[in-house]
Amino acid sequence: MKYALFLGCTVPVRTMAYEISTRNVMKKLGISLVDLEDFGCCGFPLESIDHDTYLSVAARNLAVAEAANVPVMTMCSACNGSLLKANLAMQDKTTRDKINANLKPINRQYNGTTVVKHAARVLYETMDTIKEMATPLNLKVAAHYGCHYTKPSEIYEDFEDPEVPYSLEELISAVGASPVPYENKKQCCGGSVMGIDESVSLEMVREKLSHIKKAGADAMVLVCPFCDVMYDINQKRIENQAGEQFGIPVLFLPQLIGLALGLTPDELGLKLNRVSVRKLLKTLGDGNEQE
Amino acid sequence: MKKKEIINMDELDPQFKYEIASQPGGEHILKCVQCATCSSGCPVASVSDKFNPRRIIRMAVLGLKDVVLKEDFVWYCAACYTCSERCPQDVRIPDLMAAIRNIAVKEGSIHPAYREQGRLIGELGRLYEVTEFENERREKLGLPKVKEKNREIAEIYGCTGVGKVVL
Repeated sequence: MKYALFLGCTVPVRTMAYEISTRNVMKKLGISLVDLEDFGCCGFPLESIDHDTYLSVAARNLAVAEAANVPVMTMCSACNGSLLKANLAMQDKTTRDKINANLKPINRQYNGTTVVKHAARVLYETMDTIKEMATPLNLKVAAHYGCHYTKPSEIYEDFEDPEVPYSLEELISAVGASPVPYENKKQCCGGSVMGIDESVSLEMVREKLSHIKKAGADAMVLVCPFCDVMYDINQKRIENQAGEQFGIPVLFLPQLIGLALGLTPDELGLKLNRVSVRKLLKTLGDGNEQE
Repeated sequence: MKKKEIINMDELDPQFKYEIASQPGGEHILKCVQCATCSSGCPVASVSDKFNPRRIIRMAVLGLKDVVLKEDFVWYCAACYTCSERCPQDVRIPDLMAAIRNIAVKEGSIHPAYREQGRLIGELGRLYEVTEFENERREKLGLPKVKEKNREIAEIYGCTGVGKVVL
């Protein structure tokens, strides 16, 4: 299987660990990735400014992939939601004609045939292979779904009930780790409120981190770069502000899976994680020695 | 949200709800029955009284156009779609909030944070700048270079008129 890796805006600059681990884990699983240099912003922030501009900017990426005749794999859940929502809208001929008129000056046209899939969804579909290849990880892991990985459900063709999501827990179990239940699991990271009112989004993050800490998880796992910015990059700052210590390592799903597949910390970009994963790796190392 | 006990009927715009309903994403506003399922499950409302989606819908339907467009509370929606999944009337609140924001933009009340995001995306083709520095760092980490600028989005802005608002 081959996909065009859609980097979006945040991943290639702020969360390179996600990109490194995704590329290496996909390679290990025999899934090939190509890079299309004309991909740009997915259009997500523009939906708040002007609907047609959003659709045109999203459809531009879909057109780039369509011309290369390759399905798209996203890493960012907001990119995934934005592209899928636009894809659904572009199935309507009137909308498509209107939006394609905006793409004409840049010599692009979208006919509505591109397939878009989240990297986590691809991993879910590859779960049998992951199970076969995995060395079990002796870890307690809290799954953070975020929002656009499961919602709005109409763009995800009822893959899983967003009120009772399970795919990440299944993947955590597939690598021999234990999924940890915690209070208010589906809570949003608050990332999109960050530019409007920092104190509101940081409070949302603080609540989540304290629920995860209370549940006794060794790490949290997530599937969106902006959630990572909130929980990993901002964790120290929230600790300082709230006077509360969390010390919760934040792993991207491919980092967790990669550890079970025997990839090295460098191949998973683990040294780029802000909250130290040293203790976590030591726990794993000790566990393996005992076996 | 500031509470005002007495509303002056002369300040209401009865057309506002139809203006919203004709905007993509706003089509379902008149279906709202004010049950507050949205507000009770809203993760933003749970930590801040600045945002109350049920209240915003009521204000919009009533015609409090100036307040809804000029105060910044519609920009607090995180677009998490929690309410959207639960709304018994399929009002699609995050899309509705985006529709109201689109009208605010047309009326000259774009939130500065969004104007800045729109500007960056138009000028760079992406939200965060990629320069030679970032590309060198990427190469050191074994990652392929990323195209530094994409001019196509600015051209799209020219077609839709957004360039005049954010660039």
